[in-house]
Amino acid sequence: MKYLIIILSTILVNNVIFSQFLGICPFLGTSKKTSTALGMGAAVIFVMTLATLVTWLTNQYILIPLKLTFLQTIAFILIIAALVQMVEIILKKISPSLYTALGVFLPLITTNCAVLGVSLTVVTKEFSFVEGQAAQLLSLGESIVYAVGIALGFALALVIFAGIREHIDLMEPPKGMKGTPIALITAGILALAFMGFTGIV
Amino acid sequence: MTMSNNLQTFTKGLVKENPILVLLLGCCPTLATTTSAINGMSMGLATTFVLVLSNIFISLLKGFIPDKVRIPCFIVVIASFVTVVQLVMQAYVPDIYETLGLFIPLIVVNCIVLGRAEAFASKNPVFPSLLDGLGMGLGFTLALTLLGCIREFLGSGSIFGLTILPETANILVFILPPGAFICLGFVIAIVNKLKKESH
Amino acid sequence: MANKKPSTLINMLLALLVIAAVSGGVLGLVYGVTKDTIAKVDQKKNEAAIQAVLPLEGEITYKPDTLRYNYEGAELTFPCNLAYDANGNFQGAAVKTSEGGFGGKIDMMVGFLADGTIKGTSVLSHSETPGLGANMTGRFKDQFVDKNPANFKLIVSKDGGDVDAITAATITSRAFSKAVDKAYQAFMANKAQFMNNAPVAEETPVVVETPAEESNENMEGEHDNE
Repeated sequence: MKYLIIILSTILVNNVIFSQFLGICPFLGTSKKTSTALGMGAAVIFVMTLATLVTWLTNQYILIPLKLTFLQTIAFILIIAALVQMVEIILKKISPSLYTALGVFLPLITTNCAVLGVSLTVVTKEFSFVEGQAAQLLSLGESIVYAVGIALGFALALVIFAGIREHIDLMEPPKGMKGTPIALITAGILALAFMGFTGIV
Repeated sequence: MTMSNNLQTFTKGLVKENPILVLLLGCCPTLATTTSAINGMSMGLATTFVLVLSNIFISLLKGFIPDKVRIPCFIVVIASFVTVVQLVMQAYVPDIYETLGLFIPLIVVNCIVLGRAEAFASKNPVFPSLLDGLGMGLGFTLALTLLGCIREFLGSGSIFGLTILPETANILVFILPPGAFICLGFVIAIVNKLKKESH
Repeated sequence: MANKKPSTLINMLLALLVIAAVSGGVLGLVYGVTKDTIAKVDQKKNEAAIQAVLPLEGEITYKPDTLRYNYEGAELTFPCNLAYDANGNFQGAAVKTSEGGFGGKIDMMVGFLADGTIKGTSVLSHSETPGLGANMTGRFKDQFVDKNPANFKLIVSKDGGDVDAITAATITSRAFSKAVDKAYQAFMANKAQFMNNAPVAEETPVVVETPAEESNENMEGEHDNE
């Protein structure tokens, strides 16, 4: 039950893009076509889950016992950068077609603030997902479910947005609005729509 | 590097190549921290601090870092300065630190910082790198402060904390997420229009 | 173009190691310098919060403690600060409590007098919507002052209680009321053990002198219970 609440909350209520403002750069950059959106979304789901797992373990078994929690930022970003590099190498060997499909998105995920953001959130922010339970830091299982949920929310936002943008390209917005401005305003309207989900958990 | 070259290095970040309004880098903190003018300005200044120092040090170390490991090295340098900013803010300006929250450590993945390190600081001498960082940082700060002023004025009826409009005139959505997107969209649209007209 | 170092294994490892070592050293240094200030900032915030929710006159000593209470089937703990006057009489407590609100956990502190009357509430952290739930730090929380939950039901009026909810922010109002209710019940359940538990000399208590306000009869250590 708790995991269902986490999933619902991360995909809809606190959507990473429309509510938390993480991952905006790739959101605006890769959402021009639905196919690229799906590719980016899949890559993010994979990397974010893996990254959260490794950073949570690192925090729990290395940083906290050695009282080095002030090194969280630097440790986590290095882990993420190394992970992405490793994933690239492994994918190239195991599945070259998938590697070429993801293309340039994979290295870009290192600078996706959503990945680092989620890694930091699960070890610093306290949540109370169940009514009456005192809020506390997430356990490993909850953190992973949280990461998967966030990544799914990211993919969902990306695909919806790409679909809309494909339509906009066929219309004629005013000259100054072309490209990013109209995309941002569309995102704003989508954010308004997602606000309707608040309070369901 | 001549004086006029240096001046240009500095000023390009302010208007012509403003990181957020023209280059469209650094969107996440722009949308998240501009709920008020002071928040936007604080975020901009924190980022500028990191940007200037990381540019200086990466320029100093450019002869020492081999090409293949340059990204991890840049990241370590940038992340160190970000952690310094984190600790200093936590100690001396705790209220602002709490308001900016997660976005202070996220300066590490701010595309502006890594972008300037890769595009400029790793290929240019120290002083121009300093100017580049300062110009880009101040341009970022200006944009953030501007957006913060607009959102604060429309959403809370105040600017920098000074209440101007009565509470009944507040349009709440502007300090909420949708308002962030919409405001930024309009500001960039205006900038685009001004750019086209100046050609 | 600056002269590029060849990317041999030795060069790469050396560059990484040196940069990592220097960064580590610098960060350790800055951390050492700011560590105490950061701890003090947290401590000052705590002390200010206690003062805000439990304004008592005279020389008051605060003893940190923890309340344990089974609320709706869950074993909950509430960090608190017990207040004793110069004669060792129990005057009240500032209890930390929390409840899941609309956007996340609402952390707050409630000040109770010895008879359970709420002296003040203070929100320590929250993620409620600005302009709606976030207004709980304004007029909304003032309605709890000087109310005794024995005859002021800590439920929003919509649900049959006495709390005036914030318009369009019912969830936040409910969460706030519930947090206060949790603290109240935990306080009343544990109160008896604090009555004769004045702080001993060896402990380092926080001694605060507040300017004398209007005298309040309630503060002379009432012992009646619920």
